[in-house]
Amino acid sequence: MSVLVYTENWEGKFKKLSFELVSYASGVAKMLNTTVTAVSIGKVEDNELKRLGNCGANKIINIINDQLITLDNQAYASVISDISKKENATVIIISNNNTGKAIAPRLSVRLKAGVGSGVSRLPLNINPFTVYKRTYSGNAFAHLVIKSDVKILTLAQNSFDLIETANNASIENLNVSVDGSLVKTSVKDVQKQSGKILLTDADIVVSGGRGMKSPDNWPPLVELATLLGAATACSRPVSDEGWRPHEEHTGQTGKIIAPNLYIAVGISGATQHLAGISSSKFIVAINSDKDAPIFQAAQYGIVGDAMKIIPKLVSAVKEIRK
Amino acid sequence: MKILVCISNVPDTTTKIKFAEGNTSIDTTGIQWVINPWDELSLTRALELKDDATSGVKSVTVVHVGTASSEPTIRKALAIGADDAIRVNAESSDAWFVAAQIAEVAKKEQFDIIICGIESSDFNGSAVGGMISEFLGIPSVSAVSSLKIENGQPVMTREIDGGKEVVNVQAPFVAIVQKGIAKEPRIAAMRGIMMARTKPVKLMEPLAIEPLTQIIEFEKPTPRAACKYIDADNPAQLIDLLQNEAKVI
Repeated sequence: MSVLVYTENWEGKFKKLSFELVSYASGVAKMLNTTVTAVSIGKVEDNELKRLGNCGANKIINIINDQLITLDNQAYASVISDISKKENATVIIISNNNTGKAIAPRLSVRLKAGVGSGVSRLPLNINPFTVYKRTYSGNAFAHLVIKSDVKILTLAQNSFDLIETANNASIENLNVSVDGSLVKTSVKDVQKQSGKILLTDADIVVSGGRGMKSPDNWPPLVELATLLGAATACSRPVSDEGWRPHEEHTGQTGKIIAPNLYIAVGISGATQHLAGISSSKFIVAINSDKDAPIFQAAQYGIVGDAMKIIPKLVSAVKEIRK
Repeated sequence: MKILVCISNVPDTTTKIKFAEGNTSIDTTGIQWVINPWDELSLTRALELKDDATSGVKSVTVVHVGTASSEPTIRKALAIGADDAIRVNAESSDAWFVAAQIAEVAKKEQFDIIICGIESSDFNGSAVGGMISEFLGIPSVSAVSSLKIENGQPVMTREIDGGKEVVNVQAPFVAIVQKGIAKEPRIAAMRGIMMARTKPVKLMEPLAIEPLTQIIEFEKPTPRAACKYIDADNPAQLIDLLQNEAKVI
């Protein structure tokens, strides 16, 4: 028996979510009195692999394979399901991001394993195996019983704190053979923004809405984000108008994020927007309309003109960063 | 080419969710049921492809797993422009159950492209599309924000962290789509609503499949503390609170 966790890397380093996943897996393994095996596909630095151990992995399976350079859902699911059988995994933990959503359901069918998607706490119970998951786009949470022998959990991002203690995990470099007939997709073109903070990985997000009035008003907001080491985001009308790239759209139909701090500037806070940000640990609302629903969701609020407030926040951050 | 669009029936996204029966189910009183927003966009894109004579798309079928109570949702999809519909007559108990039913439909009817929304706004499972593809043993591409057919070849764009990729795949395949796939959901016109009444809805009985998961209880999100207001003339106080009280910067 073991808990298997699929980690993800980006430009040679693990994404923050990978450490969260392993920390979470370690918590689940403690409940089940078993060990954690982490799987990494693709080239990552050695000290990064060691850090997975510090987060609680007992064993790390490291796979580098030319056929697995781009994500083919079918091929990835096949490789992970083979490892999971070999490791006798009873719980498999994957991120609830785009990659996880692509792999988890395929794995589910291969292993006849029920999926608990978007879990944000350790299982509530191990017998029957019950998880706590987001439903109704964050307006409700469900206690979901998974009845199958093997369980797949996809973990909501930034919902579980990293736990790091020095630990030596064993690292196994595994050669896998990929059934070429399973690789049916090919990637023709990649557009990646290097060096930018990933919105879904960011601890702090500064987001602008229609209350920003014009795309020309964004520079101070971007400056605030840069000073805070934050990613920038926006509401749906802003991306629909083309004021900001649609990758920045957070909300029900856009990205669903859960940073430690979400600063909403000129965003009224429609239900659909809140669905994308309600799991943020702290929400700050800056809006000229004191009745805007965003203030119901926020812990800190300023009622006033964003154009006057943002530059003052920029100066205040510069002051504390001196 | 034949397209199958999978549609789910969800409470209108502005619905205030209330629970019933000791928090074990949702109180459906007064709920307005709509097509899941991502499925509506999927249908719109499928119809746009059909409208484009060069795409080679000849028909768009919608499939839904649900009881007779979801008939209005199916009629709405037909009014928007789907050619025909299939309803698997069963309560949609979990993603595994629904995907197995739709895979069975797909085996019988043979589609070139199956389109699913990335998640439903009610159970947020994000699983049905991927499961269908694995049941059928065909490729799937997830987080698709653009689906085109160029010279008979499907070309998709999928969202990845920090960017996007252009992905080629041979039909048949499952496209699991998200925002961007279509600009605005297509709205039913009066003519469409009239025509929908006579369009065929095929009823299929479900396979006997045991669901793998079950919701035993719902709870409300933990309420947040009331908002602390900071004077607009002194925003520096916010930075102080974020640093020293919330400790997030």
